[in-house]
Amino acid sequence: MYRSHVLVCGGTGCTSSGSEEIIRVLKDELDKNGLTSEVSVVKTGCHGLCALGPIMIVYPEAVFYSMVETKDVPEIVSEHLLKGRVVSRLVYDETVSSEGEIKSLADTNFYKKQHRIALRNCGVINPENIEEYIGTRGYEALGKVVTEMTPDDVIKCILDSGLRGRGGGGFPTGRKWQLAKDLVKGGQKYVCCNADEGDPGAFMDRSILEGDPHALIEAMAIAGYAIGANQGYVYVRAEYPIAVERLQIAINQAKEYGLLGENIFGSGFSFDLGIRLGAGAFVCGEETALMTSIEGNRGEPRPRPPFPAEKGLFGKPTVLNNVETYANIPQIILNGPEWFSAMGTEKSKGTKVFALGGKIKNTGLVEIPMGTTLREVVEEIGGGIPNGKKFKAAQTGGPSGGCIPAEYFDIEMDYDNLIAIGSMMGSGGLIVMDEDNCMVDIAKFFLEFTVDESCGKCTPCRIGTKRLYEILDKITKGNGTLEDIDKLEELCYFIKENSLCGLGQTAPNPVLSTLKFFRDEYVAHVVDKKCPAGVCKDLLRYTIDPDKCKGCTMCARVCPNNAISGAVKTPHVIDTDKCVKCGACMEKCKFGAISKC
Amino acid sequence: MKSLEELKAIRERMQGQVGLRSEDETQTRVVVGMATCGIASGARPVLNALSEIVQTKGLSNVAVTQTGCIGLCQYEPIVEVMEPGKEKVTYVKMTAEKAAEVVEQHLIGGTVVAKYTLNSIE
Repeated sequence: MYRSHVLVCGGTGCTSSGSEEIIRVLKDELDKNGLTSEVSVVKTGCHGLCALGPIMIVYPEAVFYSMVETKDVPEIVSEHLLKGRVVSRLVYDETVSSEGEIKSLADTNFYKKQHRIALRNCGVINPENIEEYIGTRGYEALGKVVTEMTPDDVIKCILDSGLRGRGGGGFPTGRKWQLAKDLVKGGQKYVCCNADEGDPGAFMDRSILEGDPHALIEAMAIAGYAIGANQGYVYVRAEYPIAVERLQIAINQAKEYGLLGENIFGSGFSFDLGIRLGAGAFVCGEETALMTSIEGNRGEPRPRPPFPAEKGLFGKPTVLNNVETYANIPQIILNGPEWFSAMGTEKSKGTKVFALGGKIKNTGLVEIPMGTTLREVVEEIGGGIPNGKKFKAAQTGGPSGGCIPAEYFDIEMDYDNLIAIGSMMGSGGLIVMDEDNCMVDIAKFFLEFTVDESCGKCTPCRIGTKRLYEILDKITKGNGTLEDIDKLEELCYFIKENSLCGLGQTAPNPVLSTLKFFRDEYVAHVVDKKCPAGVCKDLLRYTIDPDKCKGCTMCARVCPNNAISGAVKTPHVIDTDKCVKCGACMEKCKFGAISKC
Repeated sequence: MKSLEELKAIRERMQGQVGLRSEDETQTRVVVGMATCGIASGARPVLNALSEIVQTKGLSNVAVTQTGCIGLCQYEPIVEVMEPGKEKVTYVKMTAEKAAEVVEQHLIGGTVVAKYTLNSIE
């Protein structure tokens, strides 16, 4: 029995900022103070507030320490753990009230509006200890399913809950299971999990694998029971080493405890689970390519139909869901479909995890009820935009999605509302952009990604995205024409309609959506040869205002290309032919004399 | 594991431990003074005993925590019990055995153990 638990985040974010070392020092210090038998150190998954890592939470007081360094650890041990005096300088300031009282983490702006279902155990339990998962009602849902429910009951429960696929498309999960169960009666079937998570900026699936791997295992076994499959595969990218390791540990423990394998809970139902590693190709997040890759072939998509529910992995009926979707399943079984469908909007039930990134204070993971407005996410949970800049747009759905401009700041985010304005939920990446972001440049960035990641099997995607990229590049260099913009738009629609798989069908979305909402920026690049946000280097000109310049020579000294000349105490001049537009002079000028346009 | 009963047994054993990590406004807080004065007069065995009994008994609505010096050093080890909506009860000169009585009678039974309170001395 321990009187205190110290939770240290072992997610990828905190691990990269040194949490392993903190755990080592912490254990040393506890040992020195003779506290080893009183205080337990628990390495957990991600808490979501990655911007503040490494994170340490001390229970039962629930004191939230942020940005902990190894040198702080002895003080935490001797002051807090021994004497019970909170080390206030390390406490996350949002959890301290104006009177200096420590308030609950659940009352902070970051957590207040969150409702954690998929992430409920992330940052709370030790993911490498199956008993901690069981202690939070883990595997109770699986027990209930195999002993009390028929496969049809399970499918009805998931259908009634209104759960839709969290990986992007938003297809009703119960419907998918029903098809896999009924289209082909009997025979070998498979359950697969898509943990490929290729969207730049999205990392909720990784976080669940790292923080609560048993939730996925339990849910996949439930899916196996529902459709009549005895074998499952988790397809996870090899770039997630911590996630792969913890998932493997979890699978081994589940087998040891008889929660995977033969005759689970004496019900006669058997289920086994294996991990298959992906090599990091974006296209392998597409379902047919993913299954082709599991089969041992080159990860390329194939036309649908037949859909996986009829002919999937190895030609057998297969259910494929994303990690976050699965993580909701045990909770729906335990709490009932009504509990789940009471959250969210009319057609999008439950919660969604978003990965906040870009120009926002609290970068990290948040799980919010469907229908939460973008404004609440950015201003309240996300803590707003740093440096007093203005919100310009948010990109959702990564390279397959689109942007939400400021005029839709109050949009209630759910599947259908986002589609209606030309974006999509996607996997839940949410990149916030401020006035310093050029929308043409953003579109170009995503296109560069899809050009790289196109598998090359079909022509519209392989060649079309390349041409799109070239036109965008031409525009950002100031060589575009108004006809180019029209051609760009036409090509977008062509690629969408003719590509084989989701990658090509959605690749033009960033272009179409920026064209829709920020066409004036495209026109400014083409007609005025100007980049309004001051991003596209070829269109920038740095100038010195002779009235403000004091002739301090600072700019001339920092210029890497000797493009600035002028005598001491007289106004300086920039030679635009030599200028490489690095911006170093502007940063150094104390008088605000240098401007770019 | 082959049965639901075994699963339930593990769950019940673990719930007390994982429950330590919950946050709830309706929780009863049991606070042990652990400043130098408290530690010197033997507060650590008291704290450990309280924590252990509370977890073994599965009292999920009770949080056992430490605090600094309350200012009554001559009465250490001091244990304060704060129940939501009730007046704070201060136990003084505690030992592990007395702590067990407090858990049994006060936290579970709902009756303050008057003979150990600060009021009984004054």
